[in-house]
Amino acid sequence: MRHLNEEQLILYHYGEATEDRAALAEHLGACPSCQARLETLEAVLAAVRAPVREPAPGFERQVWQRLEPEIAPRRPWSWPWAWAPRQWATAGAMAVLAVGSFLAGRYLPRASPARQAPVRAAAGEGRDRVFVVALGDHLDRSQMILIELANARTADDISAEQQLAEELLGANRLYRLTAANAGEKVVAEVLDELERVLLDIAHSPARLTAPQLEALRERIEEQGIVFKVRVIGSQLRERRGAS
Amino acid sequence: MEVSDEQAVALARGGDQDAFRVLVDRHSRSVYRLAYRMTGNPNDTEDVVQETWLRAWRRLGRFEARAGFGTWLYRIAANCSLDLIRVRERQGRASSFDDGGVADTVAAGDPGPDRLAISDQVHRKLAEAMAALSPMERAAFVLRHFEGRSIEEIGEALGREANATKNCVFRAVAKLRRALEPVVSGAPCGT
Repeated sequence: MRHLNEEQLILYHYGEATEDRAALAEHLGACPSCQARLETLEAVLAAVRAPVREPAPGFERQVWQRLEPEIAPRRPWSWPWAWAPRQWATAGAMAVLAVGSFLAGRYLPRASPARQAPVRAAAGEGRDRVFVVALGDHLDRSQMILIELANARTADDISAEQQLAEELLGANRLYRLTAANAGEKVVAEVLDELERVLLDIAHSPARLTAPQLEALRERIEEQGIVFKVRVIGSQLRERRGAS
Repeated sequence: MEVSDEQAVALARGGDQDAFRVLVDRHSRSVYRLAYRMTGNPNDTEDVVQETWLRAWRRLGRFEARAGFGTWLYRIAANCSLDLIRVRERQGRASSFDDGGVADTVAAGDPGPDRLAISDQVHRKLAEAMAALSPMERAAFVLRHFEGRSIEEIGEALGREANATKNCVFRAVAKLRRALEPVVSGAPCGT
C-alpha cells in the first residue's frame, strides 16, 4: 500500500474512513513514516482541542429576557406600539430630510474652503449623525413589521401592514441610494434585500390565507433579513454611541 | 418530573412559552459554545444565540422529532453563525478571535515560563489561523472538530455535498497545520 496522503490521515484521525479503516490501520502499524505524520497531525489538532470560555452565570435568563418580547403573542395586527399609520407617514419625510441634509453637505459647493474647514468638519459629523439616527429608526421600524409577520399565527387582513410597508419602501430607496453613494456597501446591500421583502409584503394579497401567510413568512426567513437588519441596526447604534 | 425535549417542543408548538423556555434554559449553553467557536468573540456569539432561538421559535412547526431537538438546533445555530461571519466579511471586518476562548493548550498543573511562552504563541497562531479560514471552512471544521459531527451530518446542516464538505475540512486542517506545526512541534512534551 502506498503512503497515506493528508486527506486519508485526517479522515482516519476523525474516524471517518470507515470502509478502508482496517487497511489504513494496517499500513500505519507497518510504516513509521506515516505513523510519524499521523502523530504530528494529532499533536496539531490536540492544540485546537480546548474548552471555550463559558457564558456568565444567569446567561440563560438573559437570553430569555431578550427573547420573550420578540416571541410574545400579539393580537393579530393590533400594532400595540406607538406607530400609528399617521406617524408612520412621517417616515418618508424624515428620510427626505436626513438624506437631503446628508447629500447637501457632500455635494453642494462651498465658498472659502480653507477658512471653513473646521466648521465643515463639524457640520459633516452632524449630518452623518442625523443620517445614522434616521437610518437606525428606519431599520427598527422595518424590523418590527418583519417580526410581527414572522410571529403571526393567524392573519386575515394585512392591508394596514401593506400601507406601512409602502411607506417604508419610499424611505428605504432613499437610504439605499445614499448608502451606496457614500460607499456603505454592506448597508446598501442589506437595504436592497429589505426593499425586496417590503415589496413582497406590499404586493401580497390584502387578505391572506394561512398557507399564504406561511409562504410569506418563509420568504422572510429564507433571506435571514431580520437578522441582517438587526446586525446593521446594532452597528449603527454603536456608531451613534461613539460619535 | 423533567419534561423531555420532545414534550417541550410539542407544547411550544401550541404557543406555550413556558415550554419553550425549558428548551432555552436547557440548550443555550451548547448553542453559545458552538457560536463562540464559529464567530470567535462574545458579542457576535450573543447575537447568534438570540437569532438561533428566534429562528427556532418560528420554525418549530417544521421540526421533525426523528432528528432530535439538539441536532436540529445546532444546524440553525451553525447557519446563523455563517450568516453573521459572511456579513462581517463583506464589511471587511475580519473575525477577531479571542485567543483565550479558542484554545488553551496549557495542561493543568504548574506551567513553567517556557510552556507559558509556547502556549501564548500557539494561542496567537491559532486565533490568526481560525480567523483566516473561509466561513464555510470554519463552519465545517468547528462542526467536525469541536462538535464531533460526521461529514454527512455537516453536509446536511450546511446544505453541501459530502465531497465539498470533506474538502472544506481538509482545507481547514491543512491551514491550521501549516500555522501551528512550527510552534506545536517545538513545544515540550505534554503541551
